[in-house]
Amino acid sequence: MGFFSKLKEKFSKKEVFKDDKQKDRYDKGLEKTRKEFSDKLNKLNKKYQKVNPEYFEELEEMLIMSDIGVNTVINFMDRLVDRVKKEKIEDPELLREVIVDELFIIYVNNEVLTNKINYSEEGPTVLLFVGVNGVGKTTTIAKIAKQEKDKKKKVLLVAGDTFRAGAIEQLKEWGDRLKVDVVTSEENSDPASVVYKGIEKAKNEKYDVVLVDTAGRLQNKLNLMKELEKINKVIVNLIGHEVNETLLVIDATTGQNGISQAKAFKEITNVTGIVLTKLDGTAKGGIVLAIKEDVNIPVKFIGLGEKPEDLEYFDIEKYIYGLFKEMM
Amino acid sequence: MFEELGEKLDSAVSKIKGYGTLTEDNIGDVLREVRLALLEADVNYKVVKEFTNNVKEKALGEEVKKSLKPDEVFLKILKDELLELLGTDEIKIETKHNPNMLMLVGLQGSGKTTTIGKLANFLRKKYNKKPLLVAADIYRPAAIDQLKTIGKTLNIPVFEEGKKNPVEIVKDSVKYAQENKLDYILVDTAGRLQIDEKLMDELKNINEAVKMHEVLLVLDAMIGQDAINVINGFNDKLPLTGVILTKLDGDTRGGVALSARHLTNVPIKFVGVSEKLDGLELFDAERMTQRILGMGDMMGLIEKAEGIMNEEESLDAFKKMKKGKYDLEDFLKQFNQIKKLGPMENLIKMLPGAKKMGLTNIQIDPKDMARLEAIVLSMTPEERRNPDIIKASRKERIAKGCGQNVQAVNKLLTQFEQSKKMMKMMSNGNMKLPF
Repeated sequence: MGFFSKLKEKFSKKEVFKDDKQKDRYDKGLEKTRKEFSDKLNKLNKKYQKVNPEYFEELEEMLIMSDIGVNTVINFMDRLVDRVKKEKIEDPELLREVIVDELFIIYVNNEVLTNKINYSEEGPTVLLFVGVNGVGKTTTIAKIAKQEKDKKKKVLLVAGDTFRAGAIEQLKEWGDRLKVDVVTSEENSDPASVVYKGIEKAKNEKYDVVLVDTAGRLQNKLNLMKELEKINKVIVNLIGHEVNETLLVIDATTGQNGISQAKAFKEITNVTGIVLTKLDGTAKGGIVLAIKEDVNIPVKFIGLGEKPEDLEYFDIEKYIYGLFKEMM
Repeated sequence: MFEELGEKLDSAVSKIKGYGTLTEDNIGDVLREVRLALLEADVNYKVVKEFTNNVKEKALGEEVKKSLKPDEVFLKILKDELLELLGTDEIKIETKHNPNMLMLVGLQGSGKTTTIGKLANFLRKKYNKKPLLVAADIYRPAAIDQLKTIGKTLNIPVFEEGKKNPVEIVKDSVKYAQENKLDYILVDTAGRLQIDEKLMDELKNINEAVKMHEVLLVLDAMIGQDAINVINGFNDKLPLTGVILTKLDGDTRGGVALSARHLTNVPIKFVGVSEKLDGLELFDAERMTQRILGMGDMMGLIEKAEGIMNEEESLDAFKKMKKGKYDLEDFLKQFNQIKKLGPMENLIKMLPGAKKMGLTNIQIDPKDMARLEAIVLSMTPEERRNPDIIKASRKERIAKGCGQNVQAVNKLLTQFEQSKKMMKMMSNGNMKLPF
């Protein structure tokens, strides 16, 4: 049984989602993505009675338009054409399942993926947030802080973005709203020093979870990437092990540049996962497939809206369900 | 920006050189490379299709067949077609009203607040306008603080009324501008999704309450295929007069620049090229095309230099050079002027032929420049004016003063002597260029 049919069965039993509310959030958040993709696929299947080269060309266009990544799409198309030949598939309707199957294979690639936060058994759990400018690092931190606080964890925020005007105030304001402590320093001071201060405080005052904000940096800015390397080192030295999670925050509207971001940040820090933000607005987010294939970093969280609870643990099954709901 | 796209187009063109002639048979491979290069640069799929079809048609035309250098003709075709995509209309910004009303809109995180500072700075410098920044983003925490900090840095007034209704804030700001004789109002709005009905209506209401002369969409150059939906989404609700592309200093391939104008008819007016507050340039299609194809952007370089270099100081240095009196103080002054031009990498990339010489991937650590400066600053004024007196013990003191070793001091002094010699030759007019 293919993945698609398994998924279909699973969803008909509704065991994937915690409750209807969670299902609604996925449904709504991915509405635009799904609409674009499956509407087009439906149209395509109506247009072609038989699978032929024009069909493949249009399918390729669709995938590229979803920002899945040019190389990923080309490999995918090669595999698909192969399978169609081997299995002698002629009806586009039958191809649907194969398409979903193949997309899933790209992502999972025979690995057991975990989307859980790797908590420390002893001492504070440190989450470091990195990414280019304007992807939503600070907002993501606020959302995770709320979720951790709701789990009765003692949470500390560290304002490591000392560069952007207003960044410190932004985190402080979140701290006030959520009633969570924030460690700050002067604007334009060395970010590594405020991080040091924050981790020390967390150790001494027994905080459970420390969320470290950093300035947005374009991955080709050498000196800024070096600064990040230093921040990473400071944390590792203080806690005596790798940073629990280094989360690369990526805007879902990002195109092929997402691959380059993932590569560059992974070189400097031990990126353990991706937070894909603003997925409620964009039609795409396909870049996560290319990032997984090219750089092998899985998605841990996705942002489906502006409210704290709109940040969800990423689940590939739910994601694909969101994309292909109408086809089941 | 655009390096990868340029390299890939380059490799497609050099393929033709190998073929000698272009035929229906061998052009397929070349076009495939062009197509992939554009797709990987996030150029819209439909635009890519049209582009490659046009290029194919022209390339198989008579002119190329007759030509002895088909690769050069092909390059010319690429250039013309790229230019066509980018649009050749003259870029203008409204400045004749009193006050001029301008509003920046866009998705969250596209860089509106930073850009508005850069834009105000640009208008003040280029058109001698007195700008007012208006804080109408009442949603994002600390957005008002951010704008205030930028205003303070630039010494440009900021109008804010806390979290009042944005339509009212903008109306009040017009009154304030008139009372204070400010002639350019720039409104910063909250980031929003183009599908957010409620917030899109808010923009519409602002625009209806005060007729905006310019509504500019700020767009992150890293955006993928969704760009078209975003531009159209905003444009449907309120007529955009232009687009500002930000973060072009990243290693983005900026395909949106190639698709936006062609698919939506909204022109690109400005591009953001650095994080600094003077990092905004008027968009120029011709120059952008030349940059993509690795032909350099001397105009951009000269313009940049003109804006920053102090003419008097340069002339002064030149005179001294002629007299052979150029010393380390002048060296330091020029060093500082060059520093003001922004990251060296960006300057090098603008040089014609930089790509062919492999200079586009150069990375210069600003700290290296700071180290050089530190050495000169650790010298006494006398030493700077008369470097010949710097002998062993002085060198040791200087090295200690700047926290470096004597070798570093020696290296700098040698470099200085060399550049002095070269300048003397140049100013005497008997400089033979090595090529």
